[in-house]
Amino acid sequence: MPKLTKDTTHEIAFTLNGRKVNVRAEPRMLLTDLIRHAVGATGTHVGCEHGVCGACTVQIDGEPSRACLMVAAQAEGADIRTVEGIEPRPGELSPLQAAFREHFALQCGFCTAGILMSLDALLSRNPDASEKNIREHLSGHLCRCTGYAPIVKAALAAQRHLKEELAHA
Amino acid sequence: MKPAPFDYVRAESLDEALSALAEGGDEARVIAGGQSLVPMLNMRLARPAILVDVMHIRGLDRISEAKGRIEIGAGVRQVALERWAPLSGMLPLVAAMLPWVGHAQIRSRGTVCGSLAHADPSAELPLALLALGGEVRLRSKKAKRVLSAADFFLGMMATAVGPGEMIEAISFPTHAIGTGTAFREIARRHGDFAIVACAAVAKPGGAVRLAVGGVADIPQAVALPDPSDPGFDDQLNEFAWSLNARDDLHASARYRRDLVRELGRRTVEEAIQCRS
Repeated sequence: MPKLTKDTTHEIAFTLNGRKVNVRAEPRMLLTDLIRHAVGATGTHVGCEHGVCGACTVQIDGEPSRACLMVAAQAEGADIRTVEGIEPRPGELSPLQAAFREHFALQCGFCTAGILMSLDALLSRNPDASEKNIREHLSGHLCRCTGYAPIVKAALAAQRHLKEELAHA
Repeated sequence: MKPAPFDYVRAESLDEALSALAEGGDEARVIAGGQSLVPMLNMRLARPAILVDVMHIRGLDRISEAKGRIEIGAGVRQVALERWAPLSGMLPLVAAMLPWVGHAQIRSRGTVCGSLAHADPSAELPLALLALGGEVRLRSKKAKRVLSAADFFLGMMATAVGPGEMIEAISFPTHAIGTGTAFREIARRHGDFAIVACAAVAKPGGAVRLAVGGVADIPQAVALPDPSDPGFDDQLNEFAWSLNARDDLHASARYRRDLVRELGRRTVEEAIQCRS
């Protein structure tokens, strides 16, 4: 039975955006800090640190989840995907990111990484997600700039694009 | 906003978890999905010395059906129950309530049993346990016991789980043909804590039970006659007052009582309509 003692760092191995990583951390370190500070991937933002704002949302084992509500010790063996992992090729935006840009779905960008990870998970799990589904998923995110309407528009546009891509594949 | 230091134990069997909990006594806490506990750790409202992770115990993530009950293990995430195909037929009330539990991004990791262990007064799953006559199976190194909602919830965020003890599973009676159920909730925003949540169960032949969350320290239930009965409104009103609603940031006590009367009536009427 593995035991990780407090006040000392332990090796933690997990997958981040398809790559195996090994970092050292105290068991109490939050996943947000683990990926930002121990790994150096700063695309994931830190907001409220108690699960309310949604800024730190990443995908854990394929499901959109709050990175601030997981401690480093729980990350052992997990498959984690962050906003750095959604561009198809370096320098190229994913359809969802491109739709966000086209429809002005971001201003300051603080909430954007989390929203992208939620919507990416929703649209890949359910390509036919309704606008209601999309709005329900967005209820788990706070954005203080856009008023959400452009975000919904961008999500629907990305969905149409992804469906066309599927139809031509 | 960072947790205080703790030792972390990854239990690989129930025996290992129970031994670690027995050893840790009241300094140890179970961590499952962590969606209620980690915010408490981050805000340092909870400072356990030892966390015992039960999510790597094989078999604990099982949903099973036996002897007219659906049993849900301590490792079952809310999203897994939500996607469990027989849910809407076997536990229609739970199926109606689950989308109201936190946000999708919380249900993806939060467990069913964890929400009960946290016992937030406005949470939906404790309300489901009371409304449906569910049971909680507790286990320690030395003993097992099974508690009803009335014996399990002791107060706001307080349960009967003792030192060295953990929830192994909970169970709900399978939906019986001819019974109608309904759920309604008012919150500021979808996914927020309920200001008032109502769950009603209408058994064949008259008896209706209304359970209400978000008002008293723990969910409360009342038996009511048919809404056409002249005594219905008085009984519901008496129940609304008995909950000792309080004013807070989200709503006044008076608004909460109004909601219990109005939403309560509508939920009961809907449950009766669904009785088939």
